[in-house]
Amino acid sequence: MVIVAFAIIRMKDLFAVVMLLGIYGLISASFFIVMDAVDVAFTEAAVGAGISTLLMLVVIAMTGRKEKANRHKPFSALFIVLVTGGLLIYGTLDMPHIGAVDAPIHKHVAPRYINDSMAEIGVPNIVTSVLASYRAFDTFGEVVVIFTAGIGVLTLLSVARRKESEEEISSINDSMHEQHLVIRIVAKMLIPFIFLFALYVQFHGDFGPGGGFQAGVIFAAATILYAMLFGLSTARKVINQTFIQLIAAIGVLLYGSVGIVSLMSGGNFFDYNVLASDPIAGQHLGILLIEWGVGCTVASVMIIIFFNFAGRQELHQQKERVQNQEPS
Amino acid sequence: MLMDLFNHWVVITLMMSGLYIVIAQGNLIKKIVGLAVFQTSVFIFYISMAKVEGGTAPILADGITQYSNPLPHVLILTAIVVGIATTALGLSLVVRIKEAYGSIEEDEIQQQDNQALSESNLEKEA
Amino acid sequence: MIAHLPILQVIIPLMAAPICLMLKRTQLVWLFSIIASGLAFAVSILLLQQVMASGVISYELGGWQAPWGIEYRIDKLNAFLLLIISGISTVVLFAAQTSLEKEIPKDKHIFFYVLYLLSLTGMLGIVATGDAFNVFVFLEISSLSAYALIGMGNKRQALWASYQYLIMGTIGATFILIGIGLMYQMTGTLNMHDLSQRLPEVEQSRTVLAAFAFVIVGVCLKLAMFPLHLWLPNAYTYAPSIVTAFFAATATKVAVYLLIRFTFSVFGFSFSFTHIPLQTIFMALGLVGIFVASTSAIYQNNVKQLFAYSSIAQIGYMIVGFSLSTVTGLTATLLHMFNHALMKGAIFLALAAVIYRVGNVELNNLRGLGRQMPLTMAAIVIGGLSLIGVPLTVGFVSKWYLLMALIEQGWWPIAVLILLGSMLAVIYVWRIVEVAYFKEPLNKNSTIKEAPMSFLIPIWVLVIANIYFGIDTRLSVGVAEAAAQSLFGVAL
Repeated sequence: MVIVAFAIIRMKDLFAVVMLLGIYGLISASFFIVMDAVDVAFTEAAVGAGISTLLMLVVIAMTGRKEKANRHKPFSALFIVLVTGGLLIYGTLDMPHIGAVDAPIHKHVAPRYINDSMAEIGVPNIVTSVLASYRAFDTFGEVVVIFTAGIGVLTLLSVARRKESEEEISSINDSMHEQHLVIRIVAKMLIPFIFLFALYVQFHGDFGPGGGFQAGVIFAAATILYAMLFGLSTARKVINQTFIQLIAAIGVLLYGSVGIVSLMSGGNFFDYNVLASDPIAGQHLGILLIEWGVGCTVASVMIIIFFNFAGRQELHQQKERVQNQEPS
Repeated sequence: MLMDLFNHWVVITLMMSGLYIVIAQGNLIKKIVGLAVFQTSVFIFYISMAKVEGGTAPILADGITQYSNPLPHVLILTAIVVGIATTALGLSLVVRIKEAYGSIEEDEIQQQDNQALSESNLEKEA
Repeated sequence: MIAHLPILQVIIPLMAAPICLMLKRTQLVWLFSIIASGLAFAVSILLLQQVMASGVISYELGGWQAPWGIEYRIDKLNAFLLLIISGISTVVLFAAQTSLEKEIPKDKHIFFYVLYLLSLTGMLGIVATGDAFNVFVFLEISSLSAYALIGMGNKRQALWASYQYLIMGTIGATFILIGIGLMYQMTGTLNMHDLSQRLPEVEQSRTVLAAFAFVIVGVCLKLAMFPLHLWLPNAYTYAPSIVTAFFAATATKVAVYLLIRFTFSVFGFSFSFTHIPLQTIFMALGLVGIFVASTSAIYQNNVKQLFAYSSIAQIGYMIVGFSLSTVTGLTATLLHMFNHALMKGAIFLALAAVIYRVGNVELNNLRGLGRQMPLTMAAIVIGGLSLIGVPLTVGFVSKWYLLMALIEQGWWPIAVLILLGSMLAVIYVWRIVEVAYFKEPLNKNSTIKEAPMSFLIPIWVLVIANIYFGIDTRLSVGVAEAAAQSLFGVAL
């Protein structure tokens, strides 16, 4: 991994840099598996190696892949980095060793999650219990972060579209996509299965790694695949922009209203015990609902982000075409 | 003792190379790549402190008594999401900057801004 | 419902944001945002009353006990801040609709309100929570919405400013994340109250020292404390005016809050100020900050930029008060947070009105505005007087307390330096007064009218508050003093 990181520093070709970043994400995901963090590995593989690489590639397609040769202020940067790194290494000297069973973090707070979560929540995957019940509010915050990012991208990149340009773009796309007949057919067969897998991950989060976030990313990935192969305008016809925005908002609201309902029925915010007569059933219901909230928001925001990036790119291509036509 | 901490030091090296990219590089996309490397390394740091010798993934099953600490996993799940959100927003700013300035190199943008500033000052004097 | 006030404080604006996205009419969204923000303000008043009457309120989210679940912990300090943030946000929102007309394309208005509410949510969340990791999550909500809001500015420099802020802000947030990780590693808990009890046991370890350093540097990046302030002037200058008014009045206060919370409540007074020469470092940086930023302010031609530099200088005053680490010093800092919010809110809203009428705030274009927009310019002048610290304005009260705190410690030279710093403020405020009142308008027969009522009312609400709290100091000083004392009560 160190090699990959240093290679990123040296590389001038942005395309290679982005590819290396993808590799970096994938290696960290494998590392997470070694470290027993399967849920995290799943997410990192989907996000670090998947979505973020994809987004960067789209951006590079717009901005050009060559980096200017000059690298300025390397010495001051090196100084800052050395000081920070030195401080961290200094900090590690008193740290408990990796894997030590008696480290403070394994002694306080965590044991309750491991020992009692089955009785209190009834879900085998402890990560899900902590994520969706003990620390449900953090997860709510995370959903709001994603929602914020979606709205942010919308404000920065959304373009008002006109009908005729839409058709022109779709004609370009058609000519382009006919070449990839085999891929299109294979993808057509694959996409339903990806959706199915997303649903599986969504529901399976209680028992194994997975949950709303991962399911949302997979769902979005399937849609993005569709958009890449069949053209953005076709995909937009299937899923329209306002509709996805609505879903994103509904996801956040669904999550929040679980909290509000529990508040109304006499518990604290996000206290699922009061949602049903039996506390365990209440916990199950609460977790199920909020996972759906997470799934909805994540999937729709990922789609919003991708559509807007790709929409900008089409705009660029169109402009270039117009410019190329003018001189001739 | 040194070998036990070696893992931490590798992670720190990774973090710092990410930070170095962010500070030293002039290319806007590369800065964001640097941020991603920096953040991912922090995630690795968190996850490695959750590890328990001889433990397994924190999914309850019969016959297993040692589990790794689930709490850092939860925190990092959240942090990964925050990371991708930041990356997406940063990249969309890069796209807009490219459109507005025609460049994604820090010094070129700075130069254009300074030029605009000095021109407007000249106008005032004239 | 009274028992649920702490969570309602954050949840109201949070839930309002996605609902805004579903409402189709801009007018409706605007009204709805005002209502949401107003409700949050009402909740914060109730909370402050409750805290002053009966002490700390703890609210367990999900019904899980504190170190296992997330806890909201409202004491005097954060109740005071919740009041400042939600109050300013509500007042500023009144002017938003008119101001946006000229600054942001019509189809983006709804997004603006959604982001505005999210940013409000983020700040309220940071302040209300009692959980260290929850701070990080809400910090990111407020920062991400801030980047997007600043990027909405109508000049291209806005994009560049937003990008720089994004890079600096993310480094800061990641530093805080590292710091929280180190603390967690040594104690096994994320709850602030729990941390404060468990940290003293491992106080001597080098890891805790590193954790402290990372948290403080991260917060200082967010705080734009000198010398980490480089992102701030451009971000404030090129953001839409309403956003500047909101952020200038609140965002830095949230960072100062975090600084106080971590040093006093989490790490504890004795650790923060005895193990590390924090006092000297912060005192020096605060003072240098005041002088460098005030001097830069004098040389600015864009009035928004001028006041942005002045904000950095004002942060310097807060830091000096903080670094004294006495009750009076901390009271001065808290007071200045409250007062600065009132002054800068009024000034930047007035500037928004100028932009609405004139189109920009280059110093040259303000010529003769004193006669054309008398009420707006008067607000800027009163705000400016308050920045200098003239008696009968709030600025005087906080400067007075700061000087008292310094003299109490026998630090005369520094008190003199503070007074000299105020003289610099006289210079930059005078530059504006001179142009606005003593120069002929650029264009003799220009017909610039007074700002519309939608600006004047919120501006003057803030200006009157500015004078009112300058004379009747019972509320602000009372709460600030009580909050400062309670912090030392916890620490000692």
